Amino acid sequence: MSTIIALIAQLLHIALMLAAAPLLIGLIRRIKARLLGRAGPSLIQPFRDLQRLLRKQPVLADNASWLFAAAPAVSFAATLAAAALIPSFALGMTTAPLADMIVIAGLLTLSRVVLALAGMDIGTAFGGIGASREMTFAVFAEPALLLVIFTLALLAGSTNLDVIATVLREGTLGLRVSLGLSMVAVITIAIVENGRIPVDNPATHLELTMVHEAMVLEYSGRHLALIEWGVALRLLLWLTLICTIFVPFGSGQASGFPPYWITGALAWAAKLGVLAIALAVFESSIAKMRVFRVPEFLGIALLLGVLAVIFLFVSQGFT
Amino acid sequence: MSPDASPGFWLTGLAIVAGVLFVLGLLAAAGRVRAAYWATLAVCAAGAVLDLGFLAAGHAGPPLSVPIGLPGAGIQLALDGISAFFLLLLMLIGAAAAATALDDHGHYNSTAALLPVFIGAMTLSLLAADAFSLVLGFEAMSLASFGLVLTNHTDPPVRSAALLYLGMAALGAACLIPAMALLVHLEPGAVDLSFAAIREHPPQGWRAIAILVLVLIGAGSKAGLAPLHVWLPPAHAAAPSHVSALMSGAMTKVALYVIVRMLFDLCGPAQPIWWGVPLMALGAMGAVLGALRANIEGDITAVRACSTVENIGLIAVGLGLALAARSADLPALAALAMGGALLHVMAHGLFKSLLFLGAGAALHGAGTRALERLGGLIHRMPVTTGCMLVGAACLAALPPTSGFASEWTLFQAVLAGPRIGGVALQTLICVVALLMALAAALAAAAAVRLIGVGFLGRPRTPRTAAAHEVGYAAQLAMLAMALLCLLAGLFPGAVLAAAAAGLKQTVGLTMAGRSSLLLVTPQAGSPGYAAPAIAALLGLALAGVVWVVRRRATGGSRRGPAWDCGFGPPPAWLPFGDPITQYGGASFGQPLRRALGVALLGAFELVDMPEPGQTRAARLIVRSKDPASALLFKPVARWRDALSGYADHLQFLTIRRTLSVIFGVVVLFLLAVVLLEQL
Repeated sequence: MSTIIALIAQLLHIALMLAAAPLLIGLIRRIKARLLGRAGPSLIQPFRDLQRLLRKQPVLADNASWLFAAAPAVSFAATLAAAALIPSFALGMTTAPLADMIVIAGLLTLSRVVLALAGMDIGTAFGGIGASREMTFAVFAEPALLLVIFTLALLAGSTNLDVIATVLREGTLGLRVSLGLSMVAVITIAIVENGRIPVDNPATHLELTMVHEAMVLEYSGRHLALIEWGVALRLLLWLTLICTIFVPFGSGQASGFPPYWITGALAWAAKLGVLAIALAVFESSIAKMRVFRVPEFLGIALLLGVLAVIFLFVSQGFT
Repeated sequence: MSPDASPGFWLTGLAIVAGVLFVLGLLAAAGRVRAAYWATLAVCAAGAVLDLGFLAAGHAGPPLSVPIGLPGAGIQLALDGISAFFLLLLMLIGAAAAATALDDHGHYNSTAALLPVFIGAMTLSLLAADAFSLVLGFEAMSLASFGLVLTNHTDPPVRSAALLYLGMAALGAACLIPAMALLVHLEPGAVDLSFAAIREHPPQGWRAIAILVLVLIGAGSKAGLAPLHVWLPPAHAAAPSHVSALMSGAMTKVALYVIVRMLFDLCGPAQPIWWGVPLMALGAMGAVLGALRANIEGDITAVRACSTVENIGLIAVGLGLALAARSADLPALAALAMGGALLHVMAHGLFKSLLFLGAGAALHGAGTRALERLGGLIHRMPVTTGCMLVGAACLAALPPTSGFASEWTLFQAVLAGPRIGGVALQTLICVVALLMALAAALAAAAAVRLIGVGFLGRPRTPRTAAAHEVGYAAQLAMLAMALLCLLAGLFPGAVLAAAAAGLKQTVGLTMAGRSSLLLVTPQAGSPGYAAPAIAALLGLALAGVVWVVRRRATGGSRRGPAWDCGFGPPPAWLPFGDPITQYGGASFGQPLRRALGVALLGAFELVDMPEPGQTRAARLIVRSKDPASALLFKPVARWRDALSGYADHLQFLTIRRTLSVIFGVVVLFLLAVVLLEQL
């Protein structure tokens, strides 16, 4: 019985993630527009955009290979698989034993590598520059993420996200300097991984400032729809990850009484709303930085990650 | 021939395999090259089957004495868990290399005789059960591979690469033989060189430290452990690709086997914790250095050679951690680290030889291995590109490939490493984890660069535009290796099961209870990495996406010129567009070169801009140098020149001075003999 309930929670989680992703993008755009004094588009505008793109027939470049056509689906599937592993409203879903944080990082790398390869496939300068920069940013983001995983694994005794979230939700660890440092590091990494300002501008159409947009410049139609949806899903995934680890309170248990899922879902929505507002305010108040400054920006995350781990060693004489 | 005929059955079979491989060298030397390749393929396949039989049937028998070698002693051969694991990898790669060599159209006939000898020598080093035969096999392997590197000896770069390689091999021998001599227990009367005798008297004190240093230099230089890795990129680029596949996939592993055999097995478990530190530190540094260079090199074979340096570094971290954990009496952690290292040995051996075979296919089909001349091979060489994609996915450690499974296990071991204790060691482990993750991410960037520039995009030269697929034997070899890579990725538990006897022997505990066919976990009972489940999840997600898109989206697609932000279509005289408007290998690596290369590799860029009015093209000059060659090899070369300059004076002495020098040397020698007698 509990297996079936856990499975229902899992399917519900995936459906919620897929549906909430465009909504989150719509919400952030709306808040940013309000901050700039504009009315802004409707909250469901991203859905309309997706539907419009799905209706259109894609135009492939003359020398596009099978890889170019297959990449959006593979990239989206990898992001979706990672999203399925990150608990939103309830812990202990069916995939909880699989939800290893290194696996999640690996799935996100898979999604990124596939799109970077597709960016190189047409052989245009824009695709190449986007792919090159995207992979460069990842080179600095991944070690920082691993250090955060290191800290969490030392505290919880496992790299499994569900175990970590359960331990942190109980609150027995109390407030930790290491957790605070890790949270700043994760937020920095999330900004880079999602290509938000100040690293990349998701709304840009100025060629020289593009990173992710340059990589997927040649896509259209249903391919582009999958990519945009995947980008939205990745942003939701990272924000959910931050909530699950650092603000784990209020989430339900998949094997528990289903009505508690509702409070869990409400808590999740509230946390996402706060994070969306924070992201919009942050993006509106800062300018995009030069590409070659990004490694320095990520260097902060790396440094904080190292400090978090060493703090643990020194403070508790970890043995 | 039933599997349980006798304990020595598998060993005898494999000893015959090694012997036959040496004889096949003679066959090839007699001119029957293709027959020798076919026979090598068959013998290696038979060896793999025999080895699997041993791993399945299970127990090591008494050593086999062969009356060849030292007078009175002969050589002794034995098969146990750890050597059988490495031997399996060697036999698989040997078969693939021989199959690829069948398609070489006679280009490599001049050194064809050395290929079976090379594989035979590696088999001998793995089967050796005494110090003499291990050194014999190791040095025969060095010499045979030196000859193979010299295949295209008319090229000056090939000759200098081979000379550097020979010098490093000589250095290796000069360290490995004394290490063996220090290991052998000297008793008055009889000197017993066998491993069994050595195990009874493990070295202690300064002898143990000397052995550690000598093994790290002697076998580490052959494995490509930093900072003695400088020979790898030029030698791999100089050798034919199937030889590079063997050298990178198998030979570096044989060197790692020697490290494992000598440090884990022969030196005994009673060594201090800090023994693991040099391996961890050198491994982590080498991993980052190799992965960074893989993003900068312009020859696809050199890119892979640098990535070999990276992967050997990762394996060395696992070995070092296993050594430290074993000394700290944490057998579970030691088994996890050693299991990760052995998984990575298998994974890297398979995918790296696959990538080298693919590089050979590119050279064969497109006439070049330079990234700046390749491009667009996915249209002309679909099978090769498909196999390369599998190999590159393993290289980039993407789930659910074999590269990810092994790196996941290594990371789990490193994350559990702080249990060994001591803040200094814990801090080191934290830095090692950081460097490993950096290396893994750099490897992913290198994999994208390799495939994206070399195999995707537009062709950069007319020769590349007319590339053709390689022969069927080479295609089959690549497909088989790709299949093995995928299987090893989906079932890492099976590889760990094959390594179980080796784990038991080296660290005293297997991964039993922590790894099954479907799941690998860091601790018994905890959640872990279930590769088949992750693959199924990905497959389900992909199927769902395709289903939704099929149902909701408009099907079909149209073709048109690339949008490229509105750039016009290429002119008629450039049918593939202007090659320089495409991102190349140097441009792809530029951000990393600037961010990390300046500090680590001393990279610099110089823009050579023509004066106004001149019509010549501007040039961008990019240089970088490996710190190991700048800080270690260049000074050594300077000392060597200075010393030989002094020694040169001896040639021009008068007869009287020559005689007095000889007299002085004889007196010193006699004095030394007298003093040693007194001891």
